[in-house]
Amino acid sequence: MVSFVVFLQRELTLLARQKSDWLNPVLFFIIVLTLFPLGVGPEPNMLRIMAPGIVWIAALLSVLLAAERLFKDDYRNGVIEQLVASQQALMPFVLAKITGNWLSTGLPLVLLSPLVALLFNMESAAFSAMALTLLLGTPVLSLLSVLGAAITVSADKGGILLALLILPLYIPLLIFASAAIEAASIGLGYQGQLAILLAIMLFALALVPMAVCSALKINVS
Amino acid sequence: MFKWLHPLAKPETLYHFCGKLSPWLMASALFTLLLGNIWGLGFTPTDYQQGDSYRIIHIHVPSAIMSMGAYLAMAIAAFTALVWQIKTAQWAVLAIAPIGAVYTAIALLTGMAWGKPMWGAWWVWDARLTSELILLFLYFGVMALHGAFSDRQTGAKVASLLAVIGSINLPIIHFSVEWWNTLHQGATITKFAKPSIDPSMLWPLLISLLAFKLLMLWLTCVRLRTAILENEQHRPWVKQLVGKV
Repeated sequence: MVSFVVFLQRELTLLARQKSDWLNPVLFFIIVLTLFPLGVGPEPNMLRIMAPGIVWIAALLSVLLAAERLFKDDYRNGVIEQLVASQQALMPFVLAKITGNWLSTGLPLVLLSPLVALLFNMESAAFSAMALTLLLGTPVLSLLSVLGAAITVSADKGGILLALLILPLYIPLLIFASAAIEAASIGLGYQGQLAILLAIMLFALALVPMAVCSALKINVS
Repeated sequence: MFKWLHPLAKPETLYHFCGKLSPWLMASALFTLLLGNIWGLGFTPTDYQQGDSYRIIHIHVPSAIMSMGAYLAMAIAAFTALVWQIKTAQWAVLAIAPIGAVYTAIALLTGMAWGKPMWGAWWVWDARLTSELILLFLYFGVMALHGAFSDRQTGAKVASLLAVIGSINLPIIHFSVEWWNTLHQGATITKFAKPSIDPSMLWPLLISLLAFKLLMLWLTCVRLRTAILENEQHRPWVKQLVGKV
């Protein structure tokens, strides 16, 4: 627990010093959102229908953008190698990475969601559904992107490979999240979809950190 | 069973075991494939609703089932490789991946060919079609990941890890027809209930299913033997074997 706090402090210090690491994905999110009305036309009704899908796809892509650099520096300067060699448990480091990643890329998206609702003329029911799905879904995005980054950390061509590996795993999340927002926008209950999202999150939270640890160990051995 | 399985972890033993197995597998696979497909495509009665185009199920259903079966086999091999650190299991993962990918592609293409006259579209964004497409991407991911590392050993291990993670998708594909209730029809053959298909159509289908399974086993044996020789090329037993030929 102590080492988790230490690692988390380190993550947050690094994020505070390298602002581009978390600012760029957030800006990317906003830019992707503004591209959609330009691409499909500014018709308000159509945008309102498409909004759930657009928001979630923009979120997936921006989290993916941040994922590539997650372990690169720690791998190059040997931090991961030292951790594995020192026989210390890798878990606190991994959990701190995941928490730091969520705080820097997932949480800003949740906080930005009122702005998104404004831009796409969403009604209040759809807006609260969107905020809730983002709150439950972005931790899963962080978990899976940390996993992808750990798997490809020593690969020669990491970046595009990461997208190829991780995007298929995002699909169940995308389906249930946009189903929840859609149900809310036509006035139906969406507790069922939220419960499934929560289940996915807990399941991923239980299993993904272990997979990340073993991926890191494989990559430095 | 472990006593029987354990010697097979040794590359040399496995090489000879696969060598002994593969002629039998080849003969039975080709026989059942010919029998099932000729019977199914040529001699089964015409369907009252779908006409002759239903006959594609004799290729579509076996390849779709085995595309998932191959993934399951790959995931089990990958799990074995990661937990017990068995090298030959890693090579088995990489041997199965392209075969499974081709089965998935066959299932998708025959499904499209059937969908055009039946549903009026080559492709619909149906739950089962989409998840089968994701399965194809997972196979590609495993193969691409293996190729991305300059160190072969690391590449094989990481690809095994991804194969285990991706096995989450299997239940999603299997139950997608029931969960989403979409355009793709439900399962025709079930273990527990009476199948909703006439026996005259069922038998060739079951034979084709067996044929696709045997074909997969045979091709895996062949690919695994090549992989063993490639990875063990500096070992004395391989040099002796190659020198002898």
